[in-house]
Amino acid sequence: MGGFTLVHFVYLLQATLWTVVLTVLAFGLGSLAGFVVMLARTARTRWIRAVSMIYVDIIQGTPLLIVLFLIYFGLAVVGIELPALLAAAISLMIYCSAFLGEIWRGCVQSVPRTQSEAAECLGLTRWQTLVDVILPQAMRIATPPTVGFLVQVLKNTSLASVAGFVELTRASQVINNSLFQPFLVFGIAGALYFALCYPLSRLSRALERKLNVGRRQPA
Amino acid sequence: MSAAVSLRDVHKRFGEVEVLKGVSFDVAPGEVVAVIGRSGSGKSTALRCVNRLETIQSGEIEVHGRRVDDPQLDLRALRRDVGMVFQSYNLFPHLTVAENITLAPRRVRKTPQAEARHIAVEALARVGLSDKIDAYPEQLSGGQQQRVAIARSLAMEPKVMLFDEVTSALDPHLTGEVLKVMEALAKGGMTMLVVTHEMAFARRVADRVIFMHTGKVWETGAGEMLANPQTPELREFLANGL
Repeated sequence: MGGFTLVHFVYLLQATLWTVVLTVLAFGLGSLAGFVVMLARTARTRWIRAVSMIYVDIIQGTPLLIVLFLIYFGLAVVGIELPALLAAAISLMIYCSAFLGEIWRGCVQSVPRTQSEAAECLGLTRWQTLVDVILPQAMRIATPPTVGFLVQVLKNTSLASVAGFVELTRASQVINNSLFQPFLVFGIAGALYFALCYPLSRLSRALERKLNVGRRQPA
Repeated sequence: MSAAVSLRDVHKRFGEVEVLKGVSFDVAPGEVVAVIGRSGSGKSTALRCVNRLETIQSGEIEVHGRRVDDPQLDLRALRRDVGMVFQSYNLFPHLTVAENITLAPRRVRKTPQAEARHIAVEALARVGLSDKIDAYPEQLSGGQQQRVAIARSLAMEPKVMLFDEVTSALDPHLTGEVLKVMEALAKGGMTMLVVTHEMAFARRVADRVIFMHTGKVWETGAGEMLANPQTPELREFLANGL
């Protein structure tokens, strides 16, 4: 039985790349969907708010793994067979949309109402008020929790391994199945995840600190 | 001559509480009207109804011939005619003074950037803050922020300006600089509806003073009315308030 070689390590690095690809896909699509959820959650029309709240409650109250099973195995039963990457990306997108939508709703609503009143008194439309006045202020507040959530998404891509998608977790399983060195193999996988997540966590904390100071540098 | 602003028997409720109980008054073009009264007398609510930050239950409000209480109202057209300045300034903290002032001209009137900058320069000159054009709001004192807020509103060339207790958050020293700007505006012929606690300002600058009490117009008259109140309520208000 051979030991852990450079070939294995390169295999893990390649899988790490797929983890990143999946994260970017999920987070990118999830951000778009999350923006729509945020708009719906802050809509003026009551039923739009109600429907979007039900959506958020359902997704937040369901394990991501179940969503993934539904998309990957469930849709296959009704004849829609998605590639593992796509199924995982869609599941994660749904998961992201609910959580990001809620995070961002909170940030948008934390901007004082008087700001939109002032903007609307100047004749700006609701959309212009949102884009020019509310979002720039909400984004400052939203950045730390959003980056923090990105870390969660990155780690949760490991669930895609159950759909057979060869990302970092799946790749380490494959190697371990032939080498039977779980401490070594999964230890390296863990280190690789950590190497991706730790800078993001630090970034999130740094942004939070900057925000808490809350002061712009004097111009 | 038709009024710039007119309220006819306006009723406004917040849930069970009736805040305006049949308020009527007119503001003529070019006139400066001060609205005074205790907190909770409905004076700020009346003001907020004029540009439909609040909707009313019954009655009529007209601004330059436009029915404000009409559900089909073109809200943005109304707000192009009516400028508003708030107690809490409400400048946009992420934008510079120039950007605060030019945002509405650029977005609403599609004024080109360079021309908008020119508008900002002129508006700031009117409030005496030309040197602050590239500052951020938080770098300014309260009085300066409020003057920028006035300039921001002026940049849209409103026909009527509403002032909602604009000096209440300021110390006496800073209050003076804001009132001076408002006085100059009044002299320039701006139609102004001013909710205020500044009795000296009401007496000196306003063409007419409206005293509101428990959701009604209680007493109205020229500035001298403050020296010679007719109702016991106004007498008491003036005695306690000054």
